[in-house]
Amino acid sequence: MRQTGTNRVKRGMAEMQKGGVIMDVVNAEQAKIAEAAGAVAVMALERVPADIRAAGGVARMADPRIVEEVMNAVSIPVMAKARIGHFVEARILEAIGVDYIDESEVLTPADEMFHIDKTQFTVPFVCGARNLGEALRRIGEGASMIRTKGEPGTGNVVEAVRHMRTMQSQIRKVQNMSRDELMTEAKELGAPFELLLQVHETGKLPVVNFAAGGIATPADAALMMHLGADGVFVGSGIFKSENPEKYARAIVEATTHYEDFDLIAKLSKDLGTPMTGIEISQIRPAERMQERGW
Amino acid sequence: MKIGVLALQGAVREHVSLLEKVGAQAIAVKRAEQLADLDGLVLPGGESTTMGKLMRKYDLVDPIVEMHQQGKPIFGTCAGMILLAKKIEGQEEPHLGLMDITVKRNAFGRQVDSFEADLFIKGVAEDFRAVFIRAPYIASVGPEVEILSEVDGNIVAAKQDTLLAASFHPELTDDVRVHQYFVKMVRESLDKKQSVGV
Repeated sequence: MRQTGTNRVKRGMAEMQKGGVIMDVVNAEQAKIAEAAGAVAVMALERVPADIRAAGGVARMADPRIVEEVMNAVSIPVMAKARIGHFVEARILEAIGVDYIDESEVLTPADEMFHIDKTQFTVPFVCGARNLGEALRRIGEGASMIRTKGEPGTGNVVEAVRHMRTMQSQIRKVQNMSRDELMTEAKELGAPFELLLQVHETGKLPVVNFAAGGIATPADAALMMHLGADGVFVGSGIFKSENPEKYARAIVEATTHYEDFDLIAKLSKDLGTPMTGIEISQIRPAERMQERGW
Repeated sequence: MKIGVLALQGAVREHVSLLEKVGAQAIAVKRAEQLADLDGLVLPGGESTTMGKLMRKYDLVDPIVEMHQQGKPIFGTCAGMILLAKKIEGQEEPHLGLMDITVKRNAFGRQVDSFEADLFIKGVAEDFRAVFIRAPYIASVGPEVEILSEVDGNIVAAKQDTLLAASFHPELTDDVRVHQYFVKMVRESLDKKQSVGV
């Protein structure tokens, strides 16, 4: 009688995260700080993206011990990252009992041709996307939540803005198309036709769409909400700032009250130094994480 | 009839759309001053720790308790039910502490254990498709609480006078019957107010 792992259950989990902030953490102590600040979930990692970028080499799934420590430390949902295409890492994370898997370009891809067939899992997946076609391909593979890729670990919001604006403008275009134009558009975008038809009819993605990749301040978070994000992921932005507790709280409140500029002004005062940012043009194209996955 | 949906975080849009479908005017509420002219309030699903914190930070607890004291119905789903409860297992302080129930958080397990099932809900439906997501259940109830539904002997829906609580998410399906039931509660509270001439 009980059915687990249905689309409704997997997508519904993401619906419950809307309007919230999901924070990257690397240990139990950070997870507790995130929970106390009002995070709706934490992403358990071995290193935040800024450190992964600095360290170079191959970035893999976190040590299951770290993930379990985080799971034991907080009562909010715990997410963890698997490499693109690495379905065994994903199975391991599912076996540990994480609440959501991020098939993530922040880690080094394990497969240059194929993403994970996410329909085969009980645990839901979130995937990054730069545009509507990429988002619908991931949903076609079974992703239950989408986020912009942005450019992780940079503290530079410009790529997340580009990806969110691109997606929203493509959605508006598809919504206004006549039905007979849709098949050609599906071909152009490389998107499954049935999903594109849904976007045409509803004017939105069939799953929740968060912002991620370069969000570093309360103002960044509010900006992404104005651009149509359902919520935000903050990676390095919190624990690479001078005062993580304050930053975390301010970003949570700015996300909820993104239309209240007096309040965001107040929240932004005396936060201390944010994480050091990187100008995108200084990252060689081959090192841009957003180019991973297709 | 004007019903608010607490919009600090969570599945707000879905509640607004179902309330509108059953003929109520629904508004998303983020600030205490928006509560004053409401006839009822929905506390949606989401993360109860996040919502609880923001509720306290933005001084929403007392005004919501006041709404309840004025006889205005409140409906909590999942996290919203946790906000309503007088007692939360393993936690010292409740959030609103209005409803005489003890709730257990994440009682059915983690996300991989989340499920959907057909429920009998007393006075509402014989076969309601209910979606449970990292759901809590009601471990025990006080004498004034009427149990409306159970899953494997665990209480998943209950009513106490003007308070309605559900472990599951009626806002995630197209089935309007639970929202219809709540709107009826709000209408009855309005009729009562009129008849005593308040």
